[in-house]
Amino acid sequence: MYTSVHTDRRDFIKKMAVLSAMTAAAGMFPGIVFAEEQERGIPADANLDWKKAPCRFCGVGCSVLIGTENGKAIAVKGDPKSPVNKGLCCVKGYHSILALYGKDRLTKPLVKKNGKYVETSMKEALDLVASKMQKTIKDHGKDAVSIYGSGQWTIPDGYVASKLFKGCIGTNNVEANARLCMATAVTGFLTSFGLDEPMGCYEDIDYADTFVLWGNNMAEMHPVLFSRLLDQRQKRGVKIIDFATRTTRTSMAADKSILFNPQSDLAVGNAICYEIINNGWMNKTFVEEHCNFSKGLTKMGYGLEDNYKFADKPETIDFEDYKTFLEDYTPEKASKISGVSVKDIKYLAAHFGDPNTKVMSFWCMGPNQHSRGTWMNNIIYNIHLLTGKISSPGNSPFSLTGQPSACGTVREVGTLTHKLPHGVVMNKEHRELAAKIWDVPVENIDPKPTYHTVEMFRALDRGDIRFMWIQVTNPMVTMPKLKRYRDGAKKEGRFIVVSDIYPTPTTDIADVILPSAMWIEREGMYGNSERRTQYFEQMVEPPGEAMSDTMQLLEVAKRMGFEKQFYYKDETHIEEIYTEYRKHHEGKKHNMAPLEVLKAQSGAMWPYVDGKSTQWRFNAKYDPACTNGKDFHFYGKKDGKAVIWQRPYEPAAEEPDAEYPYWLGTGRVVEHWHTGSMTRRIPVLHQAMPHAYVELNPGDAKRLQIRTGDMVKLTTRRGEITLPASVNERAVPAPMQVFVPFFDEKMLINEITLDSFCPISKEPDYKKCAVNIEKA
Amino acid sequence: MPIKSYLVHPQEGKKMHLANVLSEIEQCEVLPAENKEVLILVTETYSKQEEEVLKEKLDSINEVKLMALVSGFDTPKK
Repeated sequence: MYTSVHTDRRDFIKKMAVLSAMTAAAGMFPGIVFAEEQERGIPADANLDWKKAPCRFCGVGCSVLIGTENGKAIAVKGDPKSPVNKGLCCVKGYHSILALYGKDRLTKPLVKKNGKYVETSMKEALDLVASKMQKTIKDHGKDAVSIYGSGQWTIPDGYVASKLFKGCIGTNNVEANARLCMATAVTGFLTSFGLDEPMGCYEDIDYADTFVLWGNNMAEMHPVLFSRLLDQRQKRGVKIIDFATRTTRTSMAADKSILFNPQSDLAVGNAICYEIINNGWMNKTFVEEHCNFSKGLTKMGYGLEDNYKFADKPETIDFEDYKTFLEDYTPEKASKISGVSVKDIKYLAAHFGDPNTKVMSFWCMGPNQHSRGTWMNNIIYNIHLLTGKISSPGNSPFSLTGQPSACGTVREVGTLTHKLPHGVVMNKEHRELAAKIWDVPVENIDPKPTYHTVEMFRALDRGDIRFMWIQVTNPMVTMPKLKRYRDGAKKEGRFIVVSDIYPTPTTDIADVILPSAMWIEREGMYGNSERRTQYFEQMVEPPGEAMSDTMQLLEVAKRMGFEKQFYYKDETHIEEIYTEYRKHHEGKKHNMAPLEVLKAQSGAMWPYVDGKSTQWRFNAKYDPACTNGKDFHFYGKKDGKAVIWQRPYEPAAEEPDAEYPYWLGTGRVVEHWHTGSMTRRIPVLHQAMPHAYVELNPGDAKRLQIRTGDMVKLTTRRGEITLPASVNERAVPAPMQVFVPFFDEKMLINEITLDSFCPISKEPDYKKCAVNIEKA
Repeated sequence: MPIKSYLVHPQEGKKMHLANVLSEIEQCEVLPAENKEVLILVTETYSKQEEEVLKEKLDSINEVKLMALVSGFDTPKK
């Protein structure tokens, strides 16, 4: 992709025509590459400086090469040396540099005075942020201040945020938007294995025979990885099975599409386990050597009330108990709950049960944004553990992420209320290690977690939190049951700081807006879904007074009197921070690669031991941390064994009824990245998908006499919204279900969603609530 | 003055040959996909009549299996 400021209108239109076609092609052929176009338009005498960076958008972590000229990023292409994307780019990655140059970039700090935003200097704005935070702590206590970041934070951003708030100020009011998307994956990993993040890697794709996609529209959300699946099908005839609640581009490309009723994946997953055991497909040796069985509490509620608390009480059970539990999930019984035929349940189970078939499971928001999401993650692991199809090439349960550093920053640095870079605040040894590295008294680190994201915004509404600093995320689009949290943030006596690159509905609630340097306008690292940490250097200058989020935090920390802890020099601060951060993870289980390695290659996977990335954790053949003398060692658990969990089916928090007879699910589209604050400023992407819509089942649309483009009113118990209809277009929901993408800040679907969440992970369920629809 | 872009699906095995055929037409610019059987075609003409003649010519090319219009822009002549 090439862009130039020196272009006439006709050339521009021609370029738009090409880009429109490329966008359409990318939708039809995930992972399509137009290599010639990447070089085209670049002047023959151009002396472009090409440098590598991980892509700014999703969690796949594609490496891109960025061409700069005269201080401006003007070209981008996939990095052929990257083992992640092997030179491919998706439509968003291909246009990623255009997100730097939107017309309305924030370039000056803005402070709200008498209801109006007034430009000020960065120095004055940072002075104000520091003094407001100090005053709030003095008047209301340390737990009245908070920071809310994201999986787009670089590793240094999240690290200094955690150090400042948890180590120096002494509050665990640190959360990140990954709570809205990946928290369930974390609790799934922790409960089953005792350690977070996938045991396998993308290279599993090259070995697996069957891919089961659990509620995961990979063709649109992870197109580059999906193209690797399609490539394997062409080369080796692998099978792709799409198990979902609506028919999407992924379903259309799959070998088999199986639809299930919302929430009933729990029942089908258990039925697969039933089939594996009852057909003698269980890998008995593996299970006996490496697994335990447990059950937890049930009927946990849905977190709908303020100050909701839940702590699971795991109880050891034996194999026979588990087998008896599964009697409730015969294929016949699960079929009644799920709407999936007995034949299809058996078909799914047979793929896992065949000892000669290597199976890779992929999932993302379907099982994660789920009111019983931790259970669903556990059940997928149960299937892989029962068959021993785990931690070896091609046998891999793989949880995908949606943000470039949801793993690297939120999960590894630990920017969640209960987390530390190594371990959790509740653990004395973990607090001592963090305090030592941070050079703070251990008493500073509070052993009690405070608020998870939904509760943090509830606390802001109640007035328990008075100061909130929001960096690189857009909660006023993404929070469920949005109105309550927007009204809460606007209440008297609240002070909100927002660091971002463009105006958004979240900057609208800010008292101070700080312009941030974006991506390659500063230096940093991201960590992707396969435990790969990737470095990028600063390639261009940020506009105006824009400053990196890391530097904003450092400046405020110093103003608050923490110069000793934030000793880093301006010119080397990223290197110094990363070097300090690595100390938290020393050891064979999580060692991070040195910076010089990250600079020299397209990242490295932790644990990085003896100069090598670890591709398959817990497998003694590949993982130097295995020490039990056996083939596998699940060393996250004290006894070295993984846990097979007894997890039942339970209904969603709100299900369709006579008044609200349809299911409402929300999600994303290929053209836009999450809330669209960047991609809606890229003309070709915006033009390709200019606004949100409500997708209806054709039968429902016919009955209601609704056609594509007609306005449709959606009403839930939280409110109503009107959107244009989409019938038989990109995707098709099952009867009595509707789907709405959330990228459009002018059609905020989260005004009407429900803030129920998984009681274990505290991640909201954006996929299920009850709605009524009528022609507007 | 119309500028249009199409996704052109070639007959099996004819992608590069089709790319060459289209490249020789004055009003056409072609961009074959590196790894898929599809091409992007951008046409630039200066009148509706010229465009119609071109369309007829394109329709008669045997190597074209399917041609799908993606975008059409009209711009004043410089």
